[in-house]
Amino acid sequence: MESFQPVIVAFCCHYCAYTAADMAGSKRLHYPANVKIIRVPCTGKVSALHIMEALRKGADGVYVAGCLDGDCHFRSGNTCATKRVAYVKKLLDEIGIGGERVEMFAMSAGMGEVFARTATDFTEKIRDLGPNPARVGLDKLGCVGAGA
Amino acid sequence: MITAERKPIEDLIQSVSPYRRILLVGCNECVTVCSAGGRKEVALLSSALQMHFMKEAKPFEIKEITLERQCDPEYIEELVPIIDQADAVLSMACGCGVQEIARRFKEKPVLPAVNTTFMGASERQGVWAERCAGCGDCVLGVTGGVCPIARCSKQLLNGPCGGSTRGKCEVDPDIDCAWQLIWDRLKALGMTERYEENIPAKDWRTGRGGGPRKIVREDLA
Repeated sequence: MESFQPVIVAFCCHYCAYTAADMAGSKRLHYPANVKIIRVPCTGKVSALHIMEALRKGADGVYVAGCLDGDCHFRSGNTCATKRVAYVKKLLDEIGIGGERVEMFAMSAGMGEVFARTATDFTEKIRDLGPNPARVGLDKLGCVGAGA
Repeated sequence: MITAERKPIEDLIQSVSPYRRILLVGCNECVTVCSAGGRKEVALLSSALQMHFMKEAKPFEIKEITLERQCDPEYIEELVPIIDQADAVLSMACGCGVQEIARRFKEKPVLPAVNTTFMGASERQGVWAERCAGCGDCVLGVTGGVCPIARCSKQLLNGPCGGSTRGKCEVDPDIDCAWQLIWDRLKALGMTERYEENIPAKDWRTGRGGGPRKIVREDLA
């Protein structure tokens, strides 16, 4: 398991988490290279399907990082995202993949340390959980890579 | 619109398990509006089923298509070129759509992916409520635009009953008493005298009491 390098997809809001990632970089803070950041104009733009497809196509964990409660640039995008993440977590539990592979985090643009710590902690959590069971099953079937 | 809710994933997994190739068919009409079986829900269910069977290391193929309407035969024809590529059809339309596909493709198993629920309206984003029971003899003109058939738990035509408390129904405190709503509306309209009129016993033959119904417009048929 030591060699397992999880693939993490992070949907980051342009107005907070993405800028916090920038801040982490400026401060020379380290966080795992496993985290692949996708910048979104608001976490309210992230649909359940984006999260599901990231997992289906091989991610081991996905998180959505949006603004602090009440600070959404578009008023309520982060609240919508929180509800969608909860919906996807339930769906993942039902299909046997496990809802704990998906999380919602909140931070402001100035929280570079929080961004780096969140990325590190989430990567470690997914490393402990092991590879995405869907990907493991697909490998058993003898296919290379996930579906298109 | 006709409202529906997706069946539990567990039930859907069980129903598609005997098949290897599934054609998942959505509908662009009512079930799209009530977020049960439109293009987005088709994609989401497809993703979920694929991931489940990937985890089980079971060969499973799913093809997605969303028709303009599943309750009209001309749109069902769009399935002709692809139907043979599937062992079964999983339909996300209301019961009308499921039956239309089953009628057209007699040799193909057709499975429902949603539970068709009621004819309703959007109360707010993500909330739908029953508004019409399709009784075939509309009384809204005399009840202030509030339907006692669909919205009174007892379908009373001369209500309310003794179970109405502070405007709520005894069946569930979250349900508004339809007859309270009717009274409030008649009052706002200045038509309270209408409340005094007894509505005679309803002829239920225009509804389901008369068996399955059909509408024939001679000028169009």
